[in-house]
Amino acid sequence: MNIHEYQAKEILSGYGVKIADGGLAYSVVEAVQRAREIDGDVWVVKAQIHSGARGKAGGIKVCRTHNEVEKAAEELLGKNLVTHQTGPAGKICSRLYIEAGTSIAKEMYLSFMIDRSSERVIMVGSAQGGMEIEKLAETNPEAIIKIYIEPAVGLQDFQARKMAFALNIDTAQLNHAVKTIKGCYRALRDLDANILEINPLVLTTGNEIVALDAKMTFDENALFRRHKIAELRDNTQVDSREVAAAEAGLSYVGLDGDIGCMINGAGLAMATMDMIKLAGGEPANFLDVGGGASAERTEKAFRLVLADSGVKAMLVNIFAGINRCDWIAEGVVHAVKNIDMKIPLVVRLSGTNVEEGRRIIADSGLPIITADTLADAAEKVVRARNEVVAHEA
Amino acid sequence: MAILINENTRMIVQGFTGKIGTFHAQEMMDYGSNVVGGVTPGKGGQTHLGLPVFNTVKEAVDQVGAEASIVFVPPAFAADSIMEAADAGIKYCVSITDGIPTQDMMTVKNFLRRFAKEERMMLTGPNCAGTISPGRAMLGIMPGHIYMRGNVGIVGRSGTLGYEAADQMRLLGIGISTSVGIGGDPIIGSSHRDILERLEQDPETKVALMIGEIGGPQEVEAGQFAKDNMTKPLVAYIAGLTAPEGRRMGHAGAIISSAGESAAEKVAILKELGVTICPTPSLMGQTIAEVLAKM
Repeated sequence: MNIHEYQAKEILSGYGVKIADGGLAYSVVEAVQRAREIDGDVWVVKAQIHSGARGKAGGIKVCRTHNEVEKAAEELLGKNLVTHQTGPAGKICSRLYIEAGTSIAKEMYLSFMIDRSSERVIMVGSAQGGMEIEKLAETNPEAIIKIYIEPAVGLQDFQARKMAFALNIDTAQLNHAVKTIKGCYRALRDLDANILEINPLVLTTGNEIVALDAKMTFDENALFRRHKIAELRDNTQVDSREVAAAEAGLSYVGLDGDIGCMINGAGLAMATMDMIKLAGGEPANFLDVGGGASAERTEKAFRLVLADSGVKAMLVNIFAGINRCDWIAEGVVHAVKNIDMKIPLVVRLSGTNVEEGRRIIADSGLPIITADTLADAAEKVVRARNEVVAHEA
Repeated sequence: MAILINENTRMIVQGFTGKIGTFHAQEMMDYGSNVVGGVTPGKGGQTHLGLPVFNTVKEAVDQVGAEASIVFVPPAFAADSIMEAADAGIKYCVSITDGIPTQDMMTVKNFLRRFAKEERMMLTGPNCAGTISPGRAMLGIMPGHIYMRGNVGIVGRSGTLGYEAADQMRLLGIGISTSVGIGGDPIIGSSHRDILERLEQDPETKVALMIGEIGGPQEVEAGQFAKDNMTKPLVAYIAGLTAPEGRRMGHAGAIISSAGESAAEKVAILKELGVTICPTPSLMGQTIAEVLAKM
């Protein structure tokens, strides 16, 4: 789960990381009010969306007067921002963070993440901050330092110092840097975050170390024990179909194609989507209905897939293990009748009680296209989709 | 032979008396697995499904000689159960539980590393379908009837995609020595490579099939291991050709977060390493048949 910059900064501030003065605004009036409350003569108006690279997308505006703050807020609130991380759909900005301008002497990079290979938390830093770490890794890999943290003992002072020296921090600021680095680690560890990234971490002209941006991503599986973090969820930043799916206990990812999919199991779902692509089609979604696909769940899944008006044909592929094909078939027949489905449907059932399942589909009298194998199913759904498109043209 | 489990392996169920534990314990027993009891703290001394219930894993090891365990404990408590099994001297543990926090798994792996290698419990999962040595024993939740006994070893992250492979093979008359589900989470007990090491040593296994997916480095590591250390042919399929970058595809681990983690990149690297690639998921059985025919 992602959170906003201002939320991450509030968390980090509680762990001893210095941040600039700032305040949250939901309206233009509030934005100007926040700027009045913050001392100084430069303010930064920052669009709060779940994405990096906001600056390039015009989501961060430096203002020198309250009037400029007002104009920036007017422009950004309600705006759909498209960055390379949001995809073409972009993300809507409905919150602004108004921050005191910071006079920067030096920009650095600092992040922590759970590394799958080493099964440890890894701390990554660079004295060259501000740019994307992926690009830096390509152009100048020596400029990046990585330190692995032993889970049993946590981040040690010597490791934090090693990082601080690698970031070229003066000895005068060493203690503050160590405190900042250790605070970040503790936030990640204590709150079950997967990723914590500060880019840039800056040294101000006043010799302070300040987190100018902050990004945190949390482990969904740990939210049951992180109630305060779970409350930070902002569903306006998530595809509305994914929100509806999560509420129904389904796993859904919206994609750009026009063949709707309903499959049990994440691996089989990905494989089925691959088959659709190899057959010349493009999947409209990833949808894993999971193990116990009841009639109710099946209908919810159907509604979710068909809510995407771009879907031209739909494929159901179920390999029943604990499930039974006859239960699934009944669920499908029930859903098709209830929803009054207008587009072609291909169903492939396999596994436990498959004959019974196929008989239920055949006896239903509904125009359901059945398939025996994965390849057969993919070819049939792509053909059905092509016929719909040809008919429309 | 087979690997990890056979008809003699003495198995216990952790989370035995719960609804899910009860259902699958019965399925495992019906399949012929040698289930010798179960653990539910606080219910020790009772009898469930005609078998003894213990308060601790240690009691099960001491009193009925438990060697392997399967964990159906809810996510919040599963890591603790796995560590209890390791501490009690269980040799092999399957964790079915889906939704264990990543940091809990980090703790589990760190705990396991404290044991000397020969004393260390082998763990597969979490978030997997378990392990089956067809015709002998099942320590998992898969539909046992689709697996035919034979000479192909399978290792895969996904449950239902593993069923698909087993079913394709059965229709072609190809059997399986052992099929191991390693799970779809970012941090798991055993990697593809760990299982390939076992399959390489198993005299009954002639060919290995690896069913991988996007995200993480482990399919490539397994390919490198096969190139350097395996005499048996390795066949692989990598799911997720259509997966976009940065989006999690169901499994917590199935997310392309850095270079080399997409399906296309993994396939290209594995080909370089001499691994036979299944061009489509519908050709897993067929590709295995072709490799077997050449031997």
